[in-house]
Amino acid sequence: MTGALLTISGLTKAYPGVVANDDVSFDIREGEVHALLGENGAGKSTLVKMIYGLVRPDSGEMQLRGAPFAPAEPRAARAAGVAMVFQHFSLFDAMSVAENIALGMEKPPRLRDLAHRIREVSETYGLPLDPYRTVGGLSAGERQRVEIIRCLLQDPRLLIMDEPTSVLTPQEVDILFQTLRKLTAEGVAILYISHKLEEIRALCDRATILRHGRNVGTCVPSQTTARAMAEMMVGASFAAPARAPHATGAVALDVTGLSMPAPDAFGTALRNIHLQLHEGEILGVGGVAGNGQDELLAALSGERRSTGDAIRLRGRPIGRLGPNARRDLGLLTAPEERLGHAAAPEMSLTENVLLTAARRQNLVSHGFLRWPAARRFAGQVITAFDVRTPGPETAARALSGGNLQKFVIGREVLQQPGILIVNQPTWGVDAAAAAAIRQALLDLAANGTAILCISQDLDELIEISDRFAALNEGRLSEAHATRDLSLEEIGLMMGGAHGMEVAHA
Amino acid sequence: MLKLEKRPQPSRAWTYLTPVLAVVVTMLAGGALFAMLGNDPVEAIRTIFWEPLFGEFASYYRPQLLVKAGPLILIAIGLSLGFRAGIWNIGAEGQYIIGAITGAAVGLAFYPVDLWVIFPLMILAGALGGWVWAMIPGLLKVRFGTNEILVSLMLVYVAEQLLAKMALGLLRNPEGRGFPGSRNLQQYPAAHNAEIITGTGMHWGVVAAFIAVIFAYVLLSRHILGHQIQLAGQAPRAARFAGVNPARLTLICLGLSGALAGMAGMFEVSGPAGQISIDFNVGYGFTAIIVAFLGRLHPVGIALAGLLMALTYIGGEIAELNLSLPAAAIQMFQGMLLFFLLAVDVLTNYRVRLRTAEVA
Repeated sequence: MTGALLTISGLTKAYPGVVANDDVSFDIREGEVHALLGENGAGKSTLVKMIYGLVRPDSGEMQLRGAPFAPAEPRAARAAGVAMVFQHFSLFDAMSVAENIALGMEKPPRLRDLAHRIREVSETYGLPLDPYRTVGGLSAGERQRVEIIRCLLQDPRLLIMDEPTSVLTPQEVDILFQTLRKLTAEGVAILYISHKLEEIRALCDRATILRHGRNVGTCVPSQTTARAMAEMMVGASFAAPARAPHATGAVALDVTGLSMPAPDAFGTALRNIHLQLHEGEILGVGGVAGNGQDELLAALSGERRSTGDAIRLRGRPIGRLGPNARRDLGLLTAPEERLGHAAAPEMSLTENVLLTAARRQNLVSHGFLRWPAARRFAGQVITAFDVRTPGPETAARALSGGNLQKFVIGREVLQQPGILIVNQPTWGVDAAAAAAIRQALLDLAANGTAILCISQDLDELIEISDRFAALNEGRLSEAHATRDLSLEEIGLMMGGAHGMEVAHA
Repeated sequence: MLKLEKRPQPSRAWTYLTPVLAVVVTMLAGGALFAMLGNDPVEAIRTIFWEPLFGEFASYYRPQLLVKAGPLILIAIGLSLGFRAGIWNIGAEGQYIIGAITGAAVGLAFYPVDLWVIFPLMILAGALGGWVWAMIPGLLKVRFGTNEILVSLMLVYVAEQLLAKMALGLLRNPEGRGFPGSRNLQQYPAAHNAEIITGTGMHWGVVAAFIAVIFAYVLLSRHILGHQIQLAGQAPRAARFAGVNPARLTLICLGLSGALAGMAGMFEVSGPAGQISIDFNVGYGFTAIIVAFLGRLHPVGIALAGLLMALTYIGGEIAELNLSLPAAAIQMFQGMLLFFLLAVDVLTNYRVRLRTAEVA
């Protein structure tokens, strides 16, 4: 390991009402994988945006290989050798891989030469990719490879990766790590942002931890426990969810042969799904994003109707019933997308409880709204789930992602559902809040609720689910007892490496 | 350098202030426009806003205020429900015409019988006519996914042709010596929508408009349907998640706005206009769109906006007469009102910050 590639000293950036970064200093060495850790809102994204030239710091300075570095825009950062792979891909579905990459270039070469270079880079780093394939048909892992190759074509000295593994199967994660190690062997530094602490322990050489915008310490992950790192992030110790052993009961929800066409061109069709959900159990459904998670939730919630017999609730066919009829029968759902799906952004929390709780909580009589009762219920959710907000009259969009997630889950949990379907219940939520949400789900199951938990966070599913099944291209695997499964087997259930195994052969 | 910054929540103060600000800015820009046309801007603005209320002939103009505001408010209330749900009925003018035709037709069918039930029947017929006309884009949208903006707008022109056909054919006054136009309903007491209090301009349509305001207010603030309407407009996916049936909502909103527009047409033809004639419609259905937005799609706001719009209509006519301002300038003035309203609307969701330019 050689000297410092990027030195950051005293970076400060304040937004109205919040100091996103407060006097942050650390350095990134050549050829190291440096993790950036912190809860949501700790200031990680502001920091990398400053490095990538998207945001200008209020004070402080950076040095790249000893020279002052103050990129005014991403183009300047890229010219200096800084590249970034964003969490959300910016690719056009209807164009080919090479066309997409050409779009991001200052002076794109001829498409044939570019395709040649893409092949070269992809072979060198073990990222197989056909430059002429249309992006719309690529899996999430393949799309990420497009973004990585786009960066590698610039010969970066520093590669920033924002939560790169959230869309990958364990096997794909292994392949990515091999690629990253090849890069570091050539002296490229990688700034790696992730919530997955075990992953960071396996991959990263050092980690810098941010809390409330401040650097609260640097550690060597391989010599630290995941728990210790989590507590550094939160600044306090918190209880890991506890599972009370309990028996599971009768079949609450029975899905047999559920098939549905894709809702739109880039959606996923559900293919012959079978599942049985028992009272008091948590069935975890894993899978890489875009393999039918949203579609499965919509089919179970009643947003999309199927044939009556495909879904039975305690023996009663409900496939043709709408969301409210299913709620009346005790089936509640919490979708993944908080703003615009689970909650209306411009509406207050009080108005938002009406979305799912209007009938079950008696918030309506003869069609007229009982505002005081709605306000009371919103208040209950806020208290019970520790939602940080000025009050129930706050607009949903004014809440941070984690707080809104607590509200959305709490709204369903407090209604005492017989069956609860959740999709990504702790997505983007900090460690302490995630633990609280998981505990709430476990407690609910202990009281006999049947819970189907769709998630892309395998650690979460391993932690809370009794049985595990995986969605892959709209098909659901058979469910197995989670404790009998190895990570390897889980990965294979999720579709393995989607034909990437040869990459590092 | 000016910079727009998104507010975490829409500002309540600006929600109420923007319409006032828009009126003020329109006065300034309109004044400049009139000045360029060679008129005294202060005099022109005074004529438009002051003359109808407190001028020399105010006693004649004041009743006109309610006569013109009534249909505007009635139509705009219906439209606002749809607009809030993201359902764009642009064809209120057509529904207004059809309501007038069906309402008048029922009245004329009874001529010259004198029964109290005739007028209520005409109201029903008017509402039904407007409702049917609005159901055409509604059903086409629900069934075939057509665009309700286009279909409802095109049906305005169909309605206009139908109006001409009726004025010249089926509904033509048999004693009218071949002139186009129906019998004058003002001279048929059982069907006449007369002033309730003489000299105020207050006819049954104005009463209906204010009932609609109250009805819409209660619906939007207290009823689950009102909540669903707002939810569907703001977050369609969340609305489906909450169990709102989009097709049902489309039909309800289009139906309500069509029925109210049809009623407005009926009140107009049996009252101030008096008869079905080729040039019966004067654009209330289109102006009501401006009224709906000027009133923030809020029932009380719409009532105020309807009165304001009526004022500019009457004041505009006076200005045409006294100052010989061109009619187009008055229309432009009214258009500016909507334009500036939409422009200053930014302030509700964004705050403007003054920043010194940074050195790049």
